[in-house]
Amino acid sequence: MNVENEVLLKFPSKSKNEGFARSAAAVFAAQLDPTMDELGDIKTAVSEAVTNCIVHAYPDSIGEITMKLRQLPDHVLEITVKDQGRGIEDVAKARQPLFTTGGEERSGMGFTIMESFMNELRVKSVPGRGTSVRMRKRIVSRGEALGHRAAD
Amino acid sequence: MNVTSYVQDKHMTLVLSGEIDHHAARQVMAQITAKLDAYLPTELELDFGEVSFMDSSGIAVVIHTLRAMRELEGRLVLTNIPPQPLKVLQAAGIGRLTELTERSAV
Repeated sequence: MNVENEVLLKFPSKSKNEGFARSAAAVFAAQLDPTMDELGDIKTAVSEAVTNCIVHAYPDSIGEITMKLRQLPDHVLEITVKDQGRGIEDVAKARQPLFTTGGEERSGMGFTIMESFMNELRVKSVPGRGTSVRMRKRIVSRGEALGHRAAD
Repeated sequence: MNVTSYVQDKHMTLVLSGEIDHHAARQVMAQITAKLDAYLPTELELDFGEVSFMDSSGIAVVIHTLRAMRELEGRLVLTNIPPQPLKVLQAAGIGRLTELTERSAV
């Protein structure tokens, strides 16, 4: 596959890095000229993925999180968030709305939001080894969105 | 993240500002709980007008607040919600649990 641009970020699972990660993803995504709505979707999905690593992958320790941002052909943004943490026993169950092991501070809506705000979500996990979440979204550039509106 | 309160009789407005994510959520919940305990309102308005970003951590904050208001036999409304937080709240179906109003276009 022809990757047009790629950035790899590595950071510790500290909650203050949630804001850093979603802002960094937004800056990378800006190269595809997204709408405000699309930028909001991307930031929200990244925030969910990174929070999962912090809360679930490394519940009692600080571990490493990597985030790979890629621009693929046809205006597709791909974001992969990976950890080497606890892993998920039952991915299908974890993806169900309202399912959480995080207590009352969590809503159980993380995967549901990633799924509905991005076009594609793939979750791979090996218990004891870690989890990888890959999301893709096709960006309708602002210019294109305006063109459609003008044509209406 | 910041919480500012206005109280008149038993009607309280809490204006939330900044980003509501997992990093901020615990502190926001604690601030809301402290205000509820101090004033025991029967009507609470959470004003989202100054919220610049919210993820699913905000859903947990709203559900927590909703439970607390039910204990007080009071009502909760969410007002002035910008597009990004609104989309997150709608994805979680919060509109079925409490009243939501959008921020009007400036």
